[in-house]
Amino acid sequence: MKLTIPAFVGRIAFSALAALLGAVFALPLLWFLFAPFNARAELGLAVPEPWTLQNFVTVFGNSYAVQALWNSFIQAIGGVILIGAAATLAAYALSRSSIPGKGAVTYILLLFSSVVSGSAAMVPIFLIISAAGLMDTHIAVILTFAGGLLPTAMFILRDFIDSIPKSYEESAMVAGASPVQAFFDVALPVIRPGIVVIVVWSFVNIWGSFLIPFILLRSDRNMPASVAIYSFYSEAGTPIVTLLAAYSLIYSLPVIALYLFVSWKFGFRFFGGIKA
Amino acid sequence: MASVEFRNVTKSFGLFTAVADVSFDIGDGEFVCLLGPSGCGKTTSLRMIAGLETPTSGEILIGGREVTHLHPKDRNIAMVFQDYALYPHMNLADNIAYPLKVRGEPVDKRHGRAKEVADVLKIGHLMDRLPSQISGGQQQRTSLARALVYPAQVYLFDEPLSNLDAKLRLEARGFLNHLQRDMGMTAVYVTHDQAEAMALATRIAVMDQGRIVQYASPIEIYRRPATTFVANFVGNPPMNLIEAEGTNRDGRLALKADGLTIADLPITDVIGKALSNSPKLTLGVRPEHLSIADTETGNRLTAPLFANENMGPESLVTVDRQGSRVTARIFTDDHLSLGETVTLGFSTEHIHLFDSMGNRIPAVGE
Repeated sequence: MKLTIPAFVGRIAFSALAALLGAVFALPLLWFLFAPFNARAELGLAVPEPWTLQNFVTVFGNSYAVQALWNSFIQAIGGVILIGAAATLAAYALSRSSIPGKGAVTYILLLFSSVVSGSAAMVPIFLIISAAGLMDTHIAVILTFAGGLLPTAMFILRDFIDSIPKSYEESAMVAGASPVQAFFDVALPVIRPGIVVIVVWSFVNIWGSFLIPFILLRSDRNMPASVAIYSFYSEAGTPIVTLLAAYSLIYSLPVIALYLFVSWKFGFRFFGGIKA
Repeated sequence: MASVEFRNVTKSFGLFTAVADVSFDIGDGEFVCLLGPSGCGKTTSLRMIAGLETPTSGEILIGGREVTHLHPKDRNIAMVFQDYALYPHMNLADNIAYPLKVRGEPVDKRHGRAKEVADVLKIGHLMDRLPSQISGGQQQRTSLARALVYPAQVYLFDEPLSNLDAKLRLEARGFLNHLQRDMGMTAVYVTHDQAEAMALATRIAVMDQGRIVQYASPIEIYRRPATTFVANFVGNPPMNLIEAEGTNRDGRLALKADGLTIADLPITDVIGKALSNSPKLTLGVRPEHLSIADTETGNRLTAPLFANENMGPESLVTVDRQGSRVTARIFTDDHLSLGETVTLGFSTEHIHLFDSMGNRIPAVGE
């Protein structure tokens, strides 16, 4: 079919607009890729001349910044293990048992969870953690995140487990398996894609969080990377762009790596109760 | 192999009673079908034998041992599920060998045994596949293999053939029949398909609304259905039931219904007793016992033709009696045209009578 001239012009205009919009979103990403390798990086976008790893050398020479990355790992992985294990067991019980009112339990928890990890509850959380003598520990951060993220994790996972026929475990038990055997041999492998979603989701949440660790942690040696980024500011409060850029790139790599790994290994077939 | 016994078993889910005070026994080596429409309590009864449901009251015995509250794993039973319940993350070998794995058999021994069973079921060449990579019929046989891989006391089947297409279902039915006779297994088989029950069972328990309406051999259920419900459920097409008003005419039964003539049916004591309770009777005649009558004598039913379906060896001739239809299986290919008045004849020995409550009135000699 031959295009009429107005339609042709319309297409060109649409493509140009889309390209412009794309460029607006691409520019910060390009800066994010170029600046870490530029010894004279500023807030403006510039191609490094020459490409250098000097910024990374400086960052890795800063023991506080390296320790902070390690702290992020401890807090995120600790939180993920706690949330993953607790959400799996709780969601499985909520899905399979016949406790009356189990639906209400999930919804009430879900309702309050947004409060727990939200800023509104910061004062009570601070007081509770302080009273428990857990101030300035990784455990404090891990427990607070578990409290905040667990209900949503349970909700997503329960939905997932509900969609799996009970006959899997039933056939295992009839064949001679105990409930625990049936859970580990049959149910757990089948619900693993759902658990993976929970793991990625809670890892990203904890990894990127600033407020909770900032409030619950005191000493430099416990701060995660999200807080440590602030150490790349001069005493006058202006950012040291070169180091900030390099550190940000390092900081974002684990999340990207996790996404790539999961989508390669499991694929995101299931997300938030919607199966694609 | 072992016997199974239900003693006054009731199962309620909240206000709904799924199984109501059911008692019956299944002999060692028997193949019993629980037959009934959906929601009649047949699957719940099966799940109680498996231990997947606990009775609200009553007792269940397997091999003389009281198992009412025993966990499924301690009952030594095997079960084939309607959806097969094949573990999607295990290949066929691991699926079939799973019951042996939980019994602590070493891996090469259990895979060897799984292969033996799989070979019998003609899926031995698929042992490395995942359940999602085989056809529906093969999945069905895999779930059967998993049940047969270890010696169980009782084999339970929960509508195992309902997800297969018609041809495969016939094939699997024949295989199950052979297998049961061959192994002499005690089996309980749940189905809503009366043909499956007739073909497989040594005895059929027909269930309706949580109760067993009749528990007898297939031939007994076919020949002497205990109620109109059983009569209407068993047989394809089901028995024709004609509601009529009965009167005593000089010691002979006269039935008043459109187009119906009963020539010579003596009133026995039982018929007389039923009549004295209520004159409302139901006459039952199986479609295969009706034929096109050429004389105006004998038992007969006259009505206009509604449909004539040619099935190959036979035709289904349906006549319309003002809304209630009567179907005959006719083994001749007479040409009949729509609306034409047809007279269907039947002999007295093929008459079934039911009283106003729908219970069978025994014929002479029953």
